[in-house]
Amino acid sequence: MELRLAGLHHGYGDIEVLRGIDLDFPAGRIVCVVGPSGCGKSTMLRLIGGLERPERGEVVQTGEPPPGCLNPLTYIFQDFALLPWRTVEGNVRLVLEDHGFGRAEIAGIVDDVLTRTRLSEFRAAFPRQLSGGMKQRVAVARALAVSPAFLLMDEPLSALDAQTRELLLDDLVDLWARERFSAVYVTHNLREAVRLGHRVVVLSRRPGTVREVLKIDLPLDARAAHAGELETHRSRLWRLLRDEAQAADLELVDG
Amino acid sequence: MAERGDGGRPVAFRGGGFSPRPLGIVGPLVFLAVIAVWEAGCRAGLIPPLVLPAPSEALAALAHLVETGLLWQHLGASLQRLVLGWTCGTLLGIAVGFSIGLFSLARAGLAPVVAAIFPIPKIALLPLFVVWFGIGEGSKVATILFGTFFPTVVATYGGVDNVDRSLIRMGQSFGLSWLSIVRKIILPGALPAILPGFRISAAIAIVLLVAAEMIGAEFGVGAYILLAGSLMALDELLAGVAILSVMGLTVNWLIARTERFLLRWRT
Repeated sequence: MELRLAGLHHGYGDIEVLRGIDLDFPAGRIVCVVGPSGCGKSTMLRLIGGLERPERGEVVQTGEPPPGCLNPLTYIFQDFALLPWRTVEGNVRLVLEDHGFGRAEIAGIVDDVLTRTRLSEFRAAFPRQLSGGMKQRVAVARALAVSPAFLLMDEPLSALDAQTRELLLDDLVDLWARERFSAVYVTHNLREAVRLGHRVVVLSRRPGTVREVLKIDLPLDARAAHAGELETHRSRLWRLLRDEAQAADLELVDG
Repeated sequence: MAERGDGGRPVAFRGGGFSPRPLGIVGPLVFLAVIAVWEAGCRAGLIPPLVLPAPSEALAALAHLVETGLLWQHLGASLQRLVLGWTCGTLLGIAVGFSIGLFSLARAGLAPVVAAIFPIPKIALLPLFVVWFGIGEGSKVATILFGTFFPTVVATYGGVDNVDRSLIRMGQSFGLSWLSIVRKIILPGALPAILPGFRISAAIAIVLLVAAEMIGAEFGVGAYILLAGSLMALDELLAGVAILSVMGLTVNWLIARTERFLLRWRT
């Protein structure tokens, strides 16, 4: 299954947030979206997953989601969005309960994803007992439980400290190597973008338009060893973003 | 300030305080001390029995109530009204609170009505309920029901409004049904606001219970206190008040237990 944005346009009241976005998201690839704060990256992600309706243009899904997929477009949120009153296991179970599975089937899927994300020994813990990194791992496990066609990741590592971020970044690379998932990965962190992105989409400041799409051909699992090449990409992205970020920084919030 | 050998001084401590520690023994001690002073005052003749009977006399009146079996008759009648009125008022209140929290039409239509009736002391409506539901059980249960209904509505829809929207969006993004979102996300999310509402409504219910029983009830703690008062039997009156205090404490304890159980996921 692939996704295509065609002439996507959105605003809130008088404020134009996105203007004429045309983009393709291929299957089995991670597309990172970077841009200065307030450029509409998160809005774009909400539009892609159908949590908001675009003013103009459309989000088109081509091809069928893989068999067994319960929720083709699945989010991973910056604030984890775990239910504090459910355990790790209960949080994963939540997204399976509405699909008419039997008890045993649900338990089977839960066991499977908790093993794949190495969370089995934390299954009875409540979110408040977990560190930020563990919470986000639980959110990843929950997303995997519904076998998504596309993962829509909204700054998934931004609420974590630098060390945890590094660990989780490695986890995501491993996960992609094993599962070859498709993802739209929104971030403001350029290092994350060049580590994870097969493509990096650079948005301009508000109203967001596509400034450039950078292709990085280096395989994900080889990237840790090619720090130099990644740094070249990163500084190129930063040159593109720097002026935009500076201008966005000087804008009043309610303009 | 103490000079040290190297000429330095330790930095003075200025944190601490502002965090009450539990001192379990103090509460009962104060309680016993007050009762002891009171009893001693009565025995010494400093407090005339017509003004305030000794605690031992109140205890004797209580013992008499137990012996004659009247205690269970009064307590039974009161508890029945309390449980019936409070349960119905709370269930209705939660239902209406949820519809105000979830549906724009219910909010626009009902919230102003609730706001208008909420501040009326329900005791003022008691005579009206006697006219409507008769002097018997109906008016008493209705008063308690009405009194507990409104605070529950307000607590419930406040709780629903305060449920973390990002959790609801998460539920939608995973394709959960509307009913699932309400049951598994909004209800537990609103519980931390609904349960403290129970404390308030339970206290209101006990106040209204006594008031309602003072109008034409044969049995009930309120009726017992009223009768004792009109006969100037102050020892019996105090025994009745003690029963109310224990009743209130028990209800509070039950709610605290429920809270601890249902909200055990919180820190």
